[in-house]
Amino acid sequence: MNKSQRVFEVSRTLLAILISLFLAMIIIFLVSETPGKALWLFLFGPLDSLRHFGNVLELMIPLLFTGLAISVMFSASQFNLGAEGAFFIGAIGASFIAVNWHLPPVIHPVVAILWGGLLGSLFCGLPGFMKVKWGSSELVSSLMFNYIAFFFGLYLINYFLRDVNAGAMVSYPFQKSARLIKLVPRTRIHFGIIIAAVMVIITTYFMYRTRWGYRIRVLGRNERFAGYAGINTNSAILLSQVLGGFIAGIGGSIEVLGLYRRFTWQLLPGYGWTGIIVAILARNNPAYIPVAAFFLAYMRIGADIMSRSTDVQNEFVAIIQGIMILLIAADSFLAGYRHKMVVKEARKTQSGGAA
Amino acid sequence: MDQFFQIIFSSEFGYGVLRVTTPILFATLGALISDKAGVINIALEGIMLISALAGVIFSAMTQSAFFGLFMAVIFGALTGFSLGYFSLNLKTDVILAAIAINFIASGGTVFVLFLVAGDKGISSSLASKVLPKVNIPGIENIPGLGPVLSGHNILTYIAFLSVFIIWFFLYKTPLGLRIRAVGENEHAASSVGISVVKTRYIALVLSGVMAGFGGAYMSMGYVSWFSRDMTAGRGFIALAAEAMGGAHPVGGMLTSLLFGFFDALSNSLQLLKIPFEFVSMIPYLATVIGLVIYTVQKTKQAKRILEQEKT
Repeated sequence: MNKSQRVFEVSRTLLAILISLFLAMIIIFLVSETPGKALWLFLFGPLDSLRHFGNVLELMIPLLFTGLAISVMFSASQFNLGAEGAFFIGAIGASFIAVNWHLPPVIHPVVAILWGGLLGSLFCGLPGFMKVKWGSSELVSSLMFNYIAFFFGLYLINYFLRDVNAGAMVSYPFQKSARLIKLVPRTRIHFGIIIAAVMVIITTYFMYRTRWGYRIRVLGRNERFAGYAGINTNSAILLSQVLGGFIAGIGGSIEVLGLYRRFTWQLLPGYGWTGIIVAILARNNPAYIPVAAFFLAYMRIGADIMSRSTDVQNEFVAIIQGIMILLIAADSFLAGYRHKMVVKEARKTQSGGAA
Repeated sequence: MDQFFQIIFSSEFGYGVLRVTTPILFATLGALISDKAGVINIALEGIMLISALAGVIFSAMTQSAFFGLFMAVIFGALTGFSLGYFSLNLKTDVILAAIAINFIASGGTVFVLFLVAGDKGISSSLASKVLPKVNIPGIENIPGLGPVLSGHNILTYIAFLSVFIIWFFLYKTPLGLRIRAVGENEHAASSVGISVVKTRYIALVLSGVMAGFGGAYMSMGYVSWFSRDMTAGRGFIALAAEAMGGAHPVGGMLTSLLFGFFDALSNSLQLLKIPFEFVSMIPYLATVIGLVIYTVQKTKQAKRILEQEKT
């Protein structure tokens, strides 16, 4: 992709975001009695205190992981939607180690996170395995696995880890040594954000600077071509799914060890689904994932703040997100301009070559 | 174990199987039509949710269950149409477009539910209507079979009738032939003058109509209210059922019944002392196992054909 095309893609994405935000505005004005206040809180609420801005960064951490995971899996053109389940099962695995094992401080979370990552990679690897071995649709099987992970995870927590004295469906408290340290006082921003940043760098390096990353990207562009070029497509597919699952799994582990004292989820957290939007916004490029994750986290927190003190419900973010995906993923959206631009460029290089 | 068999062979259980199969069957037929046109419709889940809410709202507004059903189907068709617009006109990847529609459906239904019912979880404050149950004279009185087959919601009968209608439509009408041609080989189809885009639009709208019926059944038959995310993955299960059914209406019906069986089983087993988490897992686990068996079978078959060609 040359420079002007990249500029075009970025401005196209920005335009799609602007249109979605404009729609958000219309919805707010339609349903709210105090539209001015609602809109203000939605757009600037996250900036009004350190605590609120901290919330944005806290929410950004899981989105970074699931966004990265999905960008790797989607780069191979595999619609594996298992990031949701891998995140959940990773969190459960880490909780078991955090509750039951006794290890020194730094080693404890490392072991728990790696265990969560391993479970996640198995979880996302399974649909990939079924795909390369038997050709079962990874889309359908990963969706089913998400439900299985959810119910099986709840079973494990409720029958093996449940604290009967707690009065709610929660696990025993984690060992102190397993929890991640907080970085910024008066917020809940934890060490996970640093791990996430490192993961972004490693994943970008892997996808764009190593042989295997290249193979995965070629495969995603055109599986048949990759096969002709001598790439073992099956192992590249498997590798991308296992890696994606690993990233989602450590994401889940880090989320529970960083934010909570016990395992408390009774529902799938939904970060796997939001991760899809993150990956689409970032065009599956790991380097852009932080921008996309920050943006979505900001929007979510803005909507939460808005719904707490006005009559607009925060679910309207889901509508905005859906419209954003539709516009950004629409190849023909502004395609006329792109076509004109490409033709113009081609003319320019042609006349340049002739002269 | 005795208790287990008592449950399975009771007529209540048989009745329950048909009852829970209905929404899956509608969605499976929806998946079938779009798959025949060469489009994977994973928006079925979202379409069912939207239709379920539309049915509740409009039946409460007009106090007519059938008008609610009508609007549910219209909304299903419209959502199918918009999936077509984004994937066919704007060239969005159809899977991503469907994921977006599922997002909009999941959040949007809760958003609208709060606006009309003042509650984010359930629509019980709306006086919505339920579609009538039908007793079939004659069959009604047969011992054993009567209680299983008779007295169902009218949509249950429509669902099983649709299996035949869809079969006839796909295999015996010119439009059905066009749909299958487009799905089989779009270049060949367009070379003989079939409009690929138009045919896929029709298939997606019809797919939306079927999911619309399924959604209406969820909120106006299965239960008498709308609750958030009430479809609980049935649209996704339908995709598996359609694939396992060999992309044929009758096969789809049989696999839907199989999932219905496991779904009903998970409802009944809660009476026994099995952890509910395990029981809730059954339909999804059955889906995966079924999918594996089906695809293993298919790869074996493909290998056999390949070997035959060699010799």
